[in-house]
Amino acid sequence: MREELIVSGRSNPLIDPHLEIWEWQIPAYLFLGGLAAGILFFAGLFYLRGREDKYPTAVRVAPVFVPVLLAIGLLFLFLDLKHKFYFWRLYTSFSIESPTSWGAWTLLLVMPLSVIWAALYIESVFPKWDWKYTWAKDAIKFLSGYKREMAWGMVVLAIILGIYTGILLSAFNARPLWNTSILGPLFLTSGLSTGAAFIVLLSKNKTERHAMGMIDLMLISIEVALIIHMFMGFKASTRVQIEAADMFLGGQFTATFWVFVFSLGLIVPAFLEFMETKGKRIPFYIAPSLVIFGGILFRFIMVHAGQLSRWLY
Amino acid sequence: MRYAMAIDTKKCVGCSDCVVACQTENNVPHGYARDWIIEVIDGTYPQLELEYRSERCNHCDNAPCVRCCPTGASFIADGGIVKVEHDKCIGCGACIAACPYDARFVHPEGYVDKCTFCDHRLEKGQDPACVAVCPTKCLYFGDMDDPNSEVSKVVKKRKFKTLIPEAGTEPQLYFLI
Repeated sequence: MREELIVSGRSNPLIDPHLEIWEWQIPAYLFLGGLAAGILFFAGLFYLRGREDKYPTAVRVAPVFVPVLLAIGLLFLFLDLKHKFYFWRLYTSFSIESPTSWGAWTLLLVMPLSVIWAALYIESVFPKWDWKYTWAKDAIKFLSGYKREMAWGMVVLAIILGIYTGILLSAFNARPLWNTSILGPLFLTSGLSTGAAFIVLLSKNKTERHAMGMIDLMLISIEVALIIHMFMGFKASTRVQIEAADMFLGGQFTATFWVFVFSLGLIVPAFLEFMETKGKRIPFYIAPSLVIFGGILFRFIMVHAGQLSRWLY
Repeated sequence: MRYAMAIDTKKCVGCSDCVVACQTENNVPHGYARDWIIEVIDGTYPQLELEYRSERCNHCDNAPCVRCCPTGASFIADGGIVKVEHDKCIGCGACIAACPYDARFVHPEGYVDKCTFCDHRLEKGQDPACVAVCPTKCLYFGDMDDPNSEVSKVVKKRKFKTLIPEAGTEPQLYFLI
C-alpha cells in the first residue's frame, strides 16, 4: 500500500488544477473550433473540386454561420482567461513551442477569411441582403475574383485549426490522458464529422444530404478506429497512461463515455446513416443531431478527465 | 550558476513552517501556497515507512510550463529560476496544465503565481524564506555549479531521488533519502 497525503497548503481547489483550471469554456471552444474547421474544410474542398452546385449548402450556406461560431468560441476563450485585459499579449509574441500561441495566430488568419467567404455568400442565407454602400459592393466584387485562393487557404487552415484543438491537449506530458499523438487526428476527424453533420442539418437538398451522410459515415468509422487505437496505445504504455485509460475502462467515466459518446454519439448515428443508404426512411435530423451531441460531450469528457489524470498523489 | 534545493526527508518532521514562512514572506494570498508538505505512508502494517517531503516548484531545466507559455510570460531567469512576468501573463492556464508537479496557481489578481526561490532575498545574499526558517535544517539551498556549496556537497554525499524524472523535466529539487 502506498498513500500520499497533502498535509498542508494545498487542500483547496484554487491550487489543485484538476479541480479548477479549465472548466466549460475550453471544451466548448474546442467543439466550436472543430465544427468551424469542418465546415470550412468542406466548403473549400467542394469549391475547389467544382462541386458548388452539387453541394450548395456546404459551399454557400453553412460557411455563413462560421464567423458566428468562431466569434462565440473566441468569446469563450476570452472568458477562460484569468488575466483578461492582457489578452493582447498573445499578439505581441509568437512562441514556436506553444500550441496556445499557434492557435491564437491561426484564429487570427481563419477569422477574417471566414468573414470574407460568408460575406460573398450571405445572400444564400439572407436573400434580401443589400450591401448598402457602393464601396462594400466594390469590395465584394473584387474579392469574388479570388475565391480559388481563399478556398485553398480555407482547406489548409481548417486542417491546422482542427488538428490544433487536439494538439493543444496532447502537448501536455503532465496529463497522461492527453499525452497521445492520436488526439490531434482524432479531434480533427471529430471536427470534420460534426461539420458534415451541421451541413446535413441545414441542407434542403436530398442528394446533398445523402452524400454528406455518406462522408459522415466514413468519418465516424475513422473516429471509432482512432478511439480504439488510443485506448490500445494507453493500455500498452506506462503505468500513468494505463491508469488514465482505466478511468474509461471501468472507472468513473466508463458509463458516460461508452453510452453517450461512443454509442449514442458514434455507433447509433453511423447505424442510422447506414440504414438510410439501404433506403430505410429515417428522419434526417436524428443522426447529425446525435453526432453533434456526441462531439460536444466528447470534448467535455476529455478536458475534464485529462485534468484528473496525473503522475503524482 | 544553477540554483537548486535539497530536502532531507529523514530530517523533515512536516511542521509546515516552510509553508507559513513562504506565505508571509511573499504575501501569498489567503488560501494559497507556493510550497506544501506531502506525507507518504508506504508498506503494509506493521512494516510501514513514513516520509515527509517539503515540495515546491522544481525549477526544471527542461520546463514544460515555459515551453507552453504563449506570451513568454513564463521564463527562466538567471540561475535557472522559473519565473512569471505578471504583466505578460494572460491567465490562460496552459502552464498550470503543463506542470506535472502542480506547482502553479492563479493568483486572485488573475496572473499565474509560483515559487521564485525567493530571488528578492537571494539578491541580498539571504537564503529563501523556507530554508531560513526550517527548525530541523532539512532544507539546503545553493549553487549546484559550485562544488563547495552546501547543496552540492550534500547531494554528492547522500542518496537522493527527484520527483518523476521520467517526465523528462530535469527537476532541481533533490530529495535526500
